[in-house]
Amino acid sequence: MTGPGLRQARIERHTGLAFISPAMLLFLLTSLAPLAVLLGLSVTDYELGAIDTKGVGMANFAKAFTDPVFRRSLGNTLLYVLIVVPGAVGLGLLIAVLVHGRRRSRGFYEVIYFLPVTSTLIAMATVWQFLLHPRLGPVNAFLRSLGLGEVAFLSEPAHALPTLAVIGIWQLLGFNMVLFLAGLSAIPKDLYEAAEVDGCTSAVDRFLTITWPLLTPTTMFVLVTTSITAFKIFDTVAVMTRGGPMGSSEVLLYNVYLEGFQYFHMGYAAALTVVFLAFILVFSAVQSLVLERRTHY
Amino acid sequence: MARVELESIGKSFGDTAVLSGINLDVEDGEFLTLVGPSGCGKSTLIRIIAGLEPQTSGRIRIDGAPVDDLRPHERRVAMVFQSYALYPHLSVFANMALPLTMQRLSLWERLPLLRLLSARRRRVMPGIAQEVRSVAAQLQIEPLLLRRPAQLSGGQRQRVALGRAMVRHPGVFLMDEPLSNLDAKLRVHMRSELTELHQRLKSTFVYVTHDQVEAMTMSDRVAMMDAGRILQLGTPAELYARPANVTVAQFIGSPAINLLPARIEDGGIAVLADGSPILRTLLPPGSTATIGLRPETLRLLPPGDPTRPAPFQARLRRVENLGAECMLHVDLPTLPGQGLVIRAASAGDLTPGTMVGVAYDPAAAHVFDASGNRVAAVATAAPAARLAQAEGRVS
Repeated sequence: MTGPGLRQARIERHTGLAFISPAMLLFLLTSLAPLAVLLGLSVTDYELGAIDTKGVGMANFAKAFTDPVFRRSLGNTLLYVLIVVPGAVGLGLLIAVLVHGRRRSRGFYEVIYFLPVTSTLIAMATVWQFLLHPRLGPVNAFLRSLGLGEVAFLSEPAHALPTLAVIGIWQLLGFNMVLFLAGLSAIPKDLYEAAEVDGCTSAVDRFLTITWPLLTPTTMFVLVTTSITAFKIFDTVAVMTRGGPMGSSEVLLYNVYLEGFQYFHMGYAAALTVVFLAFILVFSAVQSLVLERRTHY
Repeated sequence: MARVELESIGKSFGDTAVLSGINLDVEDGEFLTLVGPSGCGKSTLIRIIAGLEPQTSGRIRIDGAPVDDLRPHERRVAMVFQSYALYPHLSVFANMALPLTMQRLSLWERLPLLRLLSARRRRVMPGIAQEVRSVAAQLQIEPLLLRRPAQLSGGQRQRVALGRAMVRHPGVFLMDEPLSNLDAKLRVHMRSELTELHQRLKSTFVYVTHDQVEAMTMSDRVAMMDAGRILQLGTPAELYARPANVTVAQFIGSPAINLLPARIEDGGIAVLADGSPILRTLLPPGSTATIGLRPETLRLLPPGDPTRPAPFQARLRRVENLGAECMLHVDLPTLPGQGLVIRAASAGDLTPGTMVGVAYDPAAAHVFDASGNRVAAVATAAPAARLAQAEGRVS
């Protein structure tokens, strides 16, 4: 390469670096630096306000996997994800297909189902608490009127987590529906007409031949984002059950919150957060790997 | 093979009528083209025949049997879409096999996973595969069977769409502008392939296009449509030689016919705006008319014969050289805004701006009355009168 060519290349490299530096700086300050601090804390016995701190190596992680509270909260979180993901994705798809078929009332249904997404979950959790109250709540009043008796939704250990999962589904449904609607709108109308001429006459045939396969990329995306959101459950637990009754609704993030901000075991809480991040990393990796491959049919 | 009969088909969307009173019989094995400008209702009509759109009024029979209440797949028709409408997630093979699997397998034999349990499916599938392969061989797309539509070129997709239509051995092929997504060269090629395919299959083809060249080159008969009606139905030659009205005359033929507005004077003589008579008609004096002159019926006169002046004195504006022939665009100075296109073997060494003499053949002229309908021309006398007048002007 000649002299001027080299100079040109150097200028371009410097300009490129200058352009990415603001984003890089922000990323460093808001993500990388806190992550480094977190990783550092996770191998110490740091307690909030403590003067003396020493490194403990992997002890925090070793403790976590023998700690019955942590193991229970991890199990509960996974169970919650296992209920919420099929519910929010399946129902979201069903509602999207139904709403997509509406003409004039489509906008109305879109707004109705999307409302929970726009509301603050903390506030909504309080409303749900009232709705599900054994004595005062309308849900139990309704059940009583049917002669089914009262159900202690939040105070019965077997019911608490499933109840929170139903609220989680309610919260995520609208968002998934909107994503599926976008996917449905992208399917060319011609394909349905071709399918009709080719003999796909029933709704089931149309769904299996066209809708479902062409929605695969959307479905993968919805599955992954729903899994991540469900895994991050915290608000409803903090407001409605505080992990109870008898630890039946203890979840990962709530456990981190308790350890860090109630018991001030910052080092231990940091270790738990690292475990939490590892799970999120897996979900994200699945998303980028599978999505990249499946979008091109 | 099938015959398609349309009886006073009408279609309205709300208050807007897009088709009215369509009567059309497509003969068994015929290649019939619906041609017309966009919005003329031709696509709506073919979709009504396919059963994708219900007609507002009228009846359709295929092979004598009413099909008005039948779903598309029950009508024994196949459709090729402008976009091809191939299933993007399925291989070429699966795309072509789909109509057959739909026909021959029950729902649970087609369900994912569950279908693996079906013994009948295992018996039926080889037959389907063989039929798909034989159609693919006819279309020369056998090497592509395992590819996805996204991996194919436009022409290959077009063939797959044809193949998907052919596997069912439909009585009628319906084609909605199937060539308009191809580039010009491929379109010419596919035109002859489709014509050959029609001759080989001997099925009934109903073909929709806005391209009059496709209509003229491929069809047995052409139905020219405009504003929801059929203006003229006939062979391509008939439409070209005897257009029923101005719209047909204008639409069919490339370059388009030259149209000259005229008024009718005593003796039925049609007179142009500059007062020059052009030919004699049977129209009553006082009415108006449009005279149509095809570009190939006009010819340039050799210059420099003052004793035989030309019927039109024109100024050459532009020469379009097409190689084998050329199109001469001329202006008529006595008729401001009026131009003519002349098809000639060559332009010689004429340059734009030159004055040229143009002669026309009155016997080949088309005359249309005030409402645009074709009327007979009486092609004697007038040219003589015109020449006499021209001579008078010269002397």
